[in-house]
Amino acid sequence: MYRAKVYVTYKDSILDPQAEAITTALHQLDFPELTQLTCGKYFELVLDTTREKAALAVEQMCQKLLANVNMESYRYELIAA
Amino acid sequence: MKFAVLQFPGSNCDQDLVAALRDVFQQQVELINYRATDLSAFAAVLLPGGFSYGDYLRGGAIARFAPIMAAVRRFAAAGGLVIGICNGFQILTEAGLLPGVLQQNKSASFICQPAALTVVNAQTSFTNAYAPNQRITLPIAHGEGNYYCDAATLAELQAQQQIVFTYQDNPNGSVANIAGITNRAGNVLGMMPHPERAVEALLGSTDGGGVFQSMLQTLTKKVVTA
Repeated sequence: MYRAKVYVTYKDSILDPQAEAITTALHQLDFPELTQLTCGKYFELVLDTTREKAALAVEQMCQKLLANVNMESYRYELIAA
Repeated sequence: MKFAVLQFPGSNCDQDLVAALRDVFQQQVELINYRATDLSAFAAVLLPGGFSYGDYLRGGAIARFAPIMAAVRRFAAAGGLVIGICNGFQILTEAGLLPGVLQQNKSASFICQPAALTVVNAQTSFTNAYAPNQRITLPIAHGEGNYYCDAATLAELQAQQQIVFTYQDNPNGSVANIAGITNRAGNVLGMMPHPERAVEALLGSTDGGGVFQSMLQTLTKKVVTA
């Protein structure tokens, strides 16, 4: 069994108005030290298979559905569960 | 000649499309459930606006896996006319039937207003009833209508004249002011503005009628030449 933690975020070239709005709000909350903020989606999946097959499956899940690779990039961690 | 209007869970402009085609253009229209698997009886397929599957994950991301989409792919591959409006456009990009993606509006807010457009390509199967560069106004209503594609895709869209509608005053941040594009073959159109909401003077505008008029002209010609 493996637990996959998948993070999907916008590519650097994509403007993220939501992240900008959050940044502005945090500045208004008086955190001037904040210089960069990324927000995105987080998925946790449990897969009942070998590490190799789990990695392949998660890779395909990201490509086919969890991320839209036109505008998003993804990364994941696999942890033995 | 019969038109198919698809209904996904969460579609909400399907009845508007039916009303436009049936009441204004006197066409036969059928609502097709997302679980259906055959579209061979139809002359054209229309994907309506709305929030299919609640826009879960991304607009159109889940609808693309609905059973009916395999039939839409076959219909499009065979050269049939397919039009996706608003959420329908999002579904077509997620399905890979049109290039690029609709990301959230630059303003991060939902925009619902009339949008001034230019018909930059009036030679498509969906716009041949318009004059070249005709200026029209159609309603827009979307939170994720900001069209994005990479530079290489944009160059190809421009070279192949796949950009059909552009905004005169870009409301959402779309690349190259894009409001609507076709696929390379020209038989699949996606557009964020709603032509079906602008087909009766009583509703404020008839500027959208040209889209349906064009499809009718194209399909009638097809029948005659076939």
